Amino acid sequence: MTEPNYLTADYTLRSWFFTTDHKRIAILYFASLTMFFFIGGAAATAMRIELATPQADLVSDDIYNRLFTMHGIIMVWFFLIPSIPNTLGNFIVPLMIGARDLAFPRLNLMSWYIFMLGGSVTLFAILAGGIDTGWTFYTPFATLYSNSYVMVAAAGVFIAGFSSILTGLNFIVTIHRLRAPGLTWYRLPLFLWSLYATSVILVLATPVLAITLVLIAVERFFGVGFFDPRIGGDPLLFQHLFWFYSHPAVYIMILPGMGVINELVSCFSRKQVFGYKFVAWASLAIAALGFLVWGHHMFVTGQSLLASLVFSFMSFVVAVPSAIKVFNWTATLHKGSLRFDAPMLYALAFIGLFTIGGLTGLFLACLAFDVHATDTYFVVAHFHYIMVGGMVTAYFGGLHYWWPKITGRLYSEYWARAAAILIFLGFNLTFFPQFVLGAEGMPRRYHVYPPEFQVWNVLSSGGATILAAAYLLPLFYLGYSVFFGARAPANPWDAPGLEWQTSSPPPEHNFDVQPVVTRAPYQYSRKFEAKPQNA
Amino acid sequence: MWRQWIPFWHPGVSPEGGDVDLLFAGLLIASALVLGLLFFLLALFCVRYRAGNEIDRENDEAKSWYWEVSWTTASLLCFLALFVWGATVYFEIYRRPPDELTAFVVAKQWMWKVQHSGGQSEINALHMPVDRPIRLVMASQDVIHSFFIPALRLKHDVVPGRYQDLEITAQRIGHYHLFCAEYCGTAHSGMTGEVVVMEQADFAAWLSQQTPTSSLADEGGALFRQLGCSGCHSAGSKIHAPQLEGVYGRPVPLSDGSTVIADDKYIRDSILLPRSQIAAGYEPLMPSFEGKVTEDQLLRLVLYIKSLGRQP
Repeated sequence: MTEPNYLTADYTLRSWFFTTDHKRIAILYFASLTMFFFIGGAAATAMRIELATPQADLVSDDIYNRLFTMHGIIMVWFFLIPSIPNTLGNFIVPLMIGARDLAFPRLNLMSWYIFMLGGSVTLFAILAGGIDTGWTFYTPFATLYSNSYVMVAAAGVFIAGFSSILTGLNFIVTIHRLRAPGLTWYRLPLFLWSLYATSVILVLATPVLAITLVLIAVERFFGVGFFDPRIGGDPLLFQHLFWFYSHPAVYIMILPGMGVINELVSCFSRKQVFGYKFVAWASLAIAALGFLVWGHHMFVTGQSLLASLVFSFMSFVVAVPSAIKVFNWTATLHKGSLRFDAPMLYALAFIGLFTIGGLTGLFLACLAFDVHATDTYFVVAHFHYIMVGGMVTAYFGGLHYWWPKITGRLYSEYWARAAAILIFLGFNLTFFPQFVLGAEGMPRRYHVYPPEFQVWNVLSSGGATILAAAYLLPLFYLGYSVFFGARAPANPWDAPGLEWQTSSPPPEHNFDVQPVVTRAPYQYSRKFEAKPQNA
Repeated sequence: MWRQWIPFWHPGVSPEGGDVDLLFAGLLIASALVLGLLFFLLALFCVRYRAGNEIDRENDEAKSWYWEVSWTTASLLCFLALFVWGATVYFEIYRRPPDELTAFVVAKQWMWKVQHSGGQSEINALHMPVDRPIRLVMASQDVIHSFFIPALRLKHDVVPGRYQDLEITAQRIGHYHLFCAEYCGTAHSGMTGEVVVMEQADFAAWLSQQTPTSSLADEGGALFRQLGCSGCHSAGSKIHAPQLEGVYGRPVPLSDGSTVIADDKYIRDSILLPRSQIAAGYEPLMPSFEGKVTEDQLLRLVLYIKSLGRQP
C-alpha cells in the first residue's frame, strides 16, 4: 500500500467542502466551471439554431435577448475569468514553485464559496425570469427600461468579483513569498509570470466593476442621477466605468491562456522558450497598457475625437507585446524536437487562432474601420477568436497537459487528438463566417435579420453544432480515464517543471522533500531529455 | 474598380466609403502577409523539426535580443502606419458638418422617425437626394440607439440627453439598409429601416407629394404658445424673461460670467434644465419642461427659436 495522495487521503463530503488543500479547491472550481461552461454553451447553441433562418422561429425576441445575455454573463464571469487561474492555477501554482499550498489556504476556500454564492444568485436571476440587458448592462436601458432581473444578476456579478479579488491577492502573495529556495524571478516558469500579471489586473480592476454596479443600484432604487440624462446623469459615464474594468478583464481572460501556451510549446518542442525575458515582461506590459485602452469601445458614441485618437493609438501599442509572444512561440519551435500530443495540438491551434483574433483586433482599433464594424458580427467574431479560439483552447490544452498530474490517470490519446482537431474545425466554421457577416454590416444581438445574410448564418450555425459536439467529447474520454485510465507516472511528458517532480497525483503535502531549484526553467539536454529544475 | 475584388463585398456608396474600403483592403493585405508568414513558419518547423526526423539541430545559443528588437520594431512601425491611416479617414467621416440640408432623426424603442425641415415625416425610412450632403440631427427619446447605414460605412450612436450631428452623402441611387446597431431592448432587431437615395429632382417631387401639415418651425411656434412659453418670452410680457428673437447662433452671457453660443444643444438644455445655465441679468424663474415635452416637440421648439433668429 502506497502513501495516500490528495485524492485518497479522505473520502468524506466534509473533507471536500471544508478542505483548504489548493488541489481539492481546484477540483471544486473545475466541477463548478464545467457546469457553467455547459450552461453558457447551451444558451449559445440555442441562439445559433434560432439564427439558422432569418425569421424568428425557435424563440421569441425577449427569450433571444435573455439567451445572449445569459451566455455573456455566464461565460465571462463564471467561466472565462476564473477558468485557468482558479482551476489549473490553483492546482499548479504551489506545485510549480515548490510550496506546500497557496499563501492563504482558507481565503482560497472562502473565494470558492463566494464564487458559488455569486453564481447561485446569477442562476436564480436566470431561472426567475432572466436578464435582457446584454452582459454589458448599458444604461439607461439597464437602469430604467429593462423589466428583467437586472439587479439580481448584477448582485451575482458583484459578489463573484470578490472571489476574483481574493484569488488575485492570494496568487500575488504566494508568488512573492512562497517560492522554493533557489527559485528566483527569472527562474519562474512563464505560466507564473502571466498569472502574476493577471492577478494584478484582478486586484486593481475588479473594484471598479463593483463600484459601477453599486452606482446602478443606487440610481435604480434611490433615483440618484449618475447615468440617466433625465435626472442629470450621463449614459456614457457608465460606458467609461464599465470598460475601464471590462477591457482589462479581456486581458484577465487571455493572459493565463498565454501562460499555459508557454508550458506546452516548450515541453513538446523539447526546448526552452525563446526570448524568456521578453515573454515574461510582455505579460506585465499587457497588464499595464491594458488599463489605457478602454475608450476604443466608444469610437461611435460621440466621445471627443481627440480621446478616440489617443485610445486608438494605445490600442495599437498594446498589440505589440502580444505580437512579441506569438513570434517567440514560433521561434521556440525552431530546431526543437516536436511531438504532437493532444496538448501540443491545442497549443498550435491557439497560436493560429489567437493571431487571427489579434489581427482583427487591429481592424477594430483602426478608427475609420471601427465606425463601420463596431457593434456588428465582426466584433463578435473577433472576440470569440480571442476568448474561445484563444482562451478556451489554452484551457483545454492545459487541462490535457496536467490531467495526468491532477487525476493520476492517462486519457485516450486517440480521442484527445480527435477532439482537438474537431474543436479546431468546428470553431473556425462557426466564427469565420461571422467576420464576413460583420463586414457586410449585420449588427450583433439581432434576433431576426435580412435574408441576404442567411448563407453565412447557416454556415456558422452548422459549425456551432460541430463545436458543441466536440466540446462534449472530453467529458466522455476524460471522465472514462478517471475510472479506467492507465495509471500515470510522475512525469509522463518528461518535463522539467517542479510540478512533475512529485508523484501523480501529488500527496496532500505536495513534496516529500522541499525541492531546491538549481536552474532556469525549460532546460533540455542535447538528446531532448528534460533537466528537472531541482536536480 | 479594385473594390470589387474583395470577395463578398459591396462597395460603399458614400464619399468616405471608398476610403474605408481601401483601409479595409489594406488591413486585409497586411494581415494576410503576417498570417501567411506565420502559418508558413509553423508548418515548416512542424515538418522539419518533428521528433525523429534526422536533421541538423545544432543549437543556436546565439543571443536572441536582435530578433526581439527587430520584430518588435517592425510590428510597432506597421501598427503606427495603420493607426495614422485609420485616424485620417475617421476625421474625415466625423468632421463637423456645415449647416446644409437638414433632416431630424428621433430614435425610440423601436423605430426611427425622420422629419424633414419642411415638415414631411416618415417612419423607418429616410429619403435623400443623391450626391448632396445631408446633415442629420439625431436625438433619442429613451435608451441608446445607433444609427447605422452599412452601405455608407457610417454609424453614430444616438445617446439620450443630447443632440448628435452627422453628415451623410450617398453617391448612388438605390435602397439601402438602415439598422439600429446598439442593443436597445425587446425589438432591437426590428428597429430597421430603409434609406432611399433618389435623383435630386425626384427627391424634390417626393417632398412636395408628402403634403406636410406645416413646417416644423411653424409647429414649434404653435407649441411655443400652447406650452405657455410665449407668456414670458414675448415682447409684451410683464415677466422679465430673455427675448428670443435673434438669439440663435449668438453668444449669450451667463450669470456666472461665462458665455455660451446659443446652439441647438443650449436651447434644448435651457428648456429641460433651465437652471443649469442662467442668462446674465435674469432671475432663474423658468420651470423645467423635463418630462413634459417629447424629443419631437423639443426639436420643433428649437427650430422655431432658430427661425426667430432669421427674422429681421
